[in-house]
Amino acid sequence: MRTRWPVGLVVLILVAAGCGSESGGASEPTLTVSAATSLKNAFTAYGKEFKQAEATFSFAGSDELAAQIQQGVKPDVFAAANTKLPDQLFAKGLVKKPKVFAGNRLVLAVSANNARVASLRDLEQDGVTVAIGAPSVPVGAYTRTVLGKLPPSQSQAIKANVRSEEPDVGGIVGKLSTDAADAGFVYISDVRGAGGRLRAIELPKKAQPSVAYGVAVVKGAKQPKQAEAFIDGLVSGPGQQELKAAGFEPPPAE
Amino acid sequence: MSKRGWFPLLLMASLATVLCFLTLPIVAIFVDTSPLALLSSLHEEGALEALRLSIVCSAIAVVIIVLVGTPAAYLLASRRFRGRATLVTLIELPLVLPPAVAGIGLLAALGPNGLLGSRIEDAGINLVLTTAGVVVALTFVSAPFFLRQVQSAFEALDHTWLEASRTLGASESRTFLAVAIPTAGPGLISGLALAWGRALGEFGATLMFAGSFRGITQTVPLAIYQDFSTDFTGALSLSAVLVAVSVALLLSVKLLSGAEWLGGAAR
Repeated sequence: MRTRWPVGLVVLILVAAGCGSESGGASEPTLTVSAATSLKNAFTAYGKEFKQAEATFSFAGSDELAAQIQQGVKPDVFAAANTKLPDQLFAKGLVKKPKVFAGNRLVLAVSANNARVASLRDLEQDGVTVAIGAPSVPVGAYTRTVLGKLPPSQSQAIKANVRSEEPDVGGIVGKLSTDAADAGFVYISDVRGAGGRLRAIELPKKAQPSVAYGVAVVKGAKQPKQAEAFIDGLVSGPGQQELKAAGFEPPPAE
Repeated sequence: MSKRGWFPLLLMASLATVLCFLTLPIVAIFVDTSPLALLSSLHEEGALEALRLSIVCSAIAVVIIVLVGTPAAYLLASRRFRGRATLVTLIELPLVLPPAVAGIGLLAALGPNGLLGSRIEDAGINLVLTTAGVVVALTFVSAPFFLRQVQSAFEALDHTWLEASRTLGASESRTFLAVAIPTAGPGLISGLALAWGRALGEFGATLMFAGSFRGITQTVPLAIYQDFSTDFTGALSLSAVLVAVSVALLLSVKLLSGAEWLGGAAR
């Protein structure tokens, strides 16, 4: 009994190691992509089609990823849910010139079976709980833009019902799909990606912020060529197709 | 000489490696933070609120853990029954759970759609996205640290003392309160320190179950994570404060347990 334990453990580790190495051929270079959480579905699908390299992803709030790059972390590609963060990194000489590759639309999302919230006005009611992004993550910044464009009394009432400021959009989606919060501000592509668990409520046109996604090759990238190819495919190519399929919009006109 | 010499050298080298690896990140936090920055970070609104919330929530969690956990650990330590080993393993399971799993588990159990969710709601209790939810998350992840430590402290007790107490006519409850607890005191206190330290550092389960909102659910680790992207120095100084608080806690508990030990021996 006592000797069997380590043997089992060793077998488990070997099997696990086998699983990992099966897909990653040694000949293919690995391309590391730091990308905004909202890009997860589209990028994962695009990564499978991308042939020049084995794409591996790190998804988190764009602000966290940008902070990592400032602290010296060097992925090959940085893709953010705004243009501000890539532009800031470019100004500091940490990434090459960013490109805009997609747009998105902010919506109010509720869990599919939530009967409490049917419109933006319902967010003002007492007892309704709202999850939004933290101020530093793009989705949180866009949400504050939306609230700023609403009449002050309405935005005050909504702010009073905010119960969580999540580090990324994934956190908001999680709170909504478990009914931990009644409603939250996310991208339309997140509602699409949640596969029926969430319902989108459109925002008034005049409150809609302009959402643009920026991408750049990180300076000192290990695979600069593949990184360029990856970005080219995003701007026009299979990546752009996957973005469309995932519910993203074309980049907003400047 | 050389044959005798290499083994102690190996031991020393590995200790030096362990020491460097484990202390370097903590040293770096303090090297990168000037004492002034540390003090000024405390003046920022969010930091003090987060610190207050962390201390209050973890203290409540620890009180709950000690009150409920001590008798439970005593039962596990003093009785032998079928299924005891399984029970102990089940209780220790949260020790090896990733915090994210703990958070999902709490949502699946106590969330609005969870196993007990509707019953909790009917009772008028709301845990998700509330301060009470933070306490629940902290209690869940840190309780096993206390239980484990205290159970082994009770098991290490000299059983002749307990028997003597019983033969002298003391009831089992009196034996537990007057003999078992004071003699296992140091073990209890070090279990308390471990659990409290774990509770102060909790991040993932809190974020998933209780969310992150300043003054309500944003404890220090959550505030550090939020600051990281916008204000690295601020995040660093807040980290330094958390390390300082944890060290102060550990030290005072160690001193206290020393005093308790002396008191117990003098009795």
